[in-house]
Amino acid sequence: MKNALMAGALGLLMPVMAAAGEYSLTVDRVMIDTGDFVKEGIGYNGASPGPVLRFKEGESVTINVTNNLDEPTSIHWHGLILPFEQDGVPGISFEGIQPGETFTYEFPIVQSGTYWFHSHSGFQEPNGAYGAIVIEPEGREPFRYDRDYVVQLTDKHPHDANRVMRNLKMMPDYYNRQQQTVGDFFADISKHGFMTALQDRLAWGDMRMMKADVEDVQGFTGLINGKGPEQNWTGVFEPGERIRLRFINSSAMAYFDIRIPGLEMTVVQADGNNVQPVTVDEFRIGVAETYDVIVRPKTAEAYTIFAESMGRSGYARATLAPEEGMQGPVPELREAPLLTMADMGGMHGMADGDMATRAGAEDMDHGNMSQGSMEQASMNGSSGMAADAGTSMAGMDHSGMDHGAMIMAEGGASDPFYAEGSGLVPVAANGGKFLSYSDLRAQKPLYEEREPTREIELRLTGNMERYTWSIDGVKYEDAEPLKLQYGERVRFKFVNETMMTHPMHLHGMWSILDVGAGEWNPVKHTVSVQPGTTVYMETEVDAPGQWAFHCHLSYHAASGMFRKVVVEGGPDQGNTAGVEVANDGGDA
Amino acid sequence: MRTLTLSALALALTLPSLPVLGSDMPQDQSGRKDALSLWGVQFEELEYRYSDDDEELGVWNGDAFYGTDELKFRWLTKGEYAIEEEAYEKLENQLLLQTPVSSFFDAKAGVRFDTPEGPDRTYGVLGLTGLAPHWFEVDASLYVSDEGDTSAEFDAEYELLFTNHLILSAALDATVAFSEDREIGVGKGLVSTETGLRLSYDLVDRSFSPYLGVVHERKYGDTADFAEAEGGGTEDWFAVIGARVSF
Repeated sequence: MKNALMAGALGLLMPVMAAAGEYSLTVDRVMIDTGDFVKEGIGYNGASPGPVLRFKEGESVTINVTNNLDEPTSIHWHGLILPFEQDGVPGISFEGIQPGETFTYEFPIVQSGTYWFHSHSGFQEPNGAYGAIVIEPEGREPFRYDRDYVVQLTDKHPHDANRVMRNLKMMPDYYNRQQQTVGDFFADISKHGFMTALQDRLAWGDMRMMKADVEDVQGFTGLINGKGPEQNWTGVFEPGERIRLRFINSSAMAYFDIRIPGLEMTVVQADGNNVQPVTVDEFRIGVAETYDVIVRPKTAEAYTIFAESMGRSGYARATLAPEEGMQGPVPELREAPLLTMADMGGMHGMADGDMATRAGAEDMDHGNMSQGSMEQASMNGSSGMAADAGTSMAGMDHSGMDHGAMIMAEGGASDPFYAEGSGLVPVAANGGKFLSYSDLRAQKPLYEEREPTREIELRLTGNMERYTWSIDGVKYEDAEPLKLQYGERVRFKFVNETMMTHPMHLHGMWSILDVGAGEWNPVKHTVSVQPGTTVYMETEVDAPGQWAFHCHLSYHAASGMFRKVVVEGGPDQGNTAGVEVANDGGDA
Repeated sequence: MRTLTLSALALALTLPSLPVLGSDMPQDQSGRKDALSLWGVQFEELEYRYSDDDEELGVWNGDAFYGTDELKFRWLTKGEYAIEEEAYEKLENQLLLQTPVSSFFDAKAGVRFDTPEGPDRTYGVLGLTGLAPHWFEVDASLYVSDEGDTSAEFDAEYELLFTNHLILSAALDATVAFSEDREIGVGKGLVSTETGLRLSYDLVDRSFSPYLGVVHERKYGDTADFAEAEGGGTEDWFAVIGARVSF
């Protein structure tokens, strides 16, 4: 009741937000039509994706979630800072929402920006249970725009997610249709010579690894706001307007490389936190990440928003146009990238079958390598950072890897957040600027800069052939919780010993990504760790309770790359009395 | 993950989850905290064979499993049905438990029941199955029969991708006996080999892949002599048509 009153009061103050404060969501079976296929799935309020929830910083929200499914459900508010009982992870935050039950979430909104929500139960999220959250800030935004659109991506697969998981476990290459063929072998021979081509094949064969193993799950249709490429979601604009596009990657598995041919994009926010503006031609969005960009189309023509998956096995497409029905040219998919031995840098032990070995990972330790030159440059804003960082990496020692005559990546593109010589380094389609993590600088530091109180190393581990994924070689089912102390600042060191990219997501607390910019390091909720690299992030442990921490690739999380994090100590949370907590927070 | 050995089979069956937190926090009893239990059914071969001396056979080689990463229950089934004679030339079922012993290999143990036309046999099975370097799928089994005879079987398969859908698979299966079992026509030494080349096309995902191929079967040594003594052949060439099926 108290909340309803408060919502009423807010409503009076802000006529635009008349209904602000109280929301209702139903979790329903829905049909998802991608244009390529129609598939039963799960949605909110009768549709997938669900509605865009528009909150206002400072308000207290009440969200009634009614489960119309015949199985338990949950909603996790991805990136929102809230009491842990409200975080929506069954078995960690709460017991879940039983069929027919209505669960009421209540929590204060203490932040602004672009976020999203999704089910944290089973495979409901890849089956369609996701939606967007837009939070209007209390104060003025540090950038201007005339209108904004949510651009929410997903990789909708014709197979039910349970079946995808089963197929991957049965045959890890079930969905990989980019494997090297006899023809590719002959192409390699004519390009590199017989011996090199043969040695290359032998080296990969010896590891029982595939260089084409970039995307585990292919055969999806990329959707933008629920629309397939043919259905062409369209955002209308008037020439000269500044349009803020709130990109959210709600995919189960797919990273997307996004560009809008003919328009530069100014990145102003990442994972809900403002960053110092950086203008790019293209950017890569990891699973669960968000990027807000501002574009300014000056002419009355149609512009294609083109989102190719990182492995180039699929794409999403939408249009910005002066009116509905217009279309811009749709580019062809570029050639699929191939992993190189550099991407296998973390996997030295593999050939011996010893998953626990991590020799060689230190070679890739760019977090330390880049300190020097990056810190000097940090105050100059973002321009030229990638190049600087790239140079500082030149000294990396790969001598232990014995690449011999292996076929390496072409083009020589480099990015400090990819292994040196990685085949995954993205390049802008027009030859221009491709966003790197190292370009990201917080607009305003969220926390005072201080030394971390301790470092926790977490090795991202797995076995592609068995499709098992784990942290430090231990799957969630066998793992003890990770214990943090309230008030400490933990430096996490992620060492990716697999050949896949992992978007690591810590619930409840911010992930301050170390790009070497000190207090200007960007604040994120999801941090991508590329194969064969080490990435550092720091977390101010300021949220008591217990939280989930996991790889956000649905099938990696489900097969074990998941942890419970327990924050010990701190203000008494009254434990399961979530409602009380929310109200207290709301009044504060 | 790979710390499990055969001796841990029983352990894995009863491995409890370890609650550590205070009682006031939610305990994770969601499905996520359980080992993922999955199932699958696959027929590597499901085919019609026509031999160079006009014999017609219906042949299958399949398996079904249920279980976790650590422990799987697997049913292997193989058979050769002579269409003219309306008789099973070969009918073999294995019930196995399988557990990882290294990154790429599983150990398996169980029983095998042979119930073809003629005398039956029951065997104890101990084996290794997995992926060898350079993408060879290999499987080695040791059998001890209820008659006290021991034998071994080695199986290897390699796939050559002409395209990502058109795949040539080469399979070799060899059996060696360490003692003679005259009743079922097995002589000591190398018993038989079966070599197959199949060109398949993935028509529906990887769940239905029709193929054409050739299979060569040969018996050796005493086994060949026994077969000849009974008026049978020692070598056969087959044209095969069939499909790889999985679901």
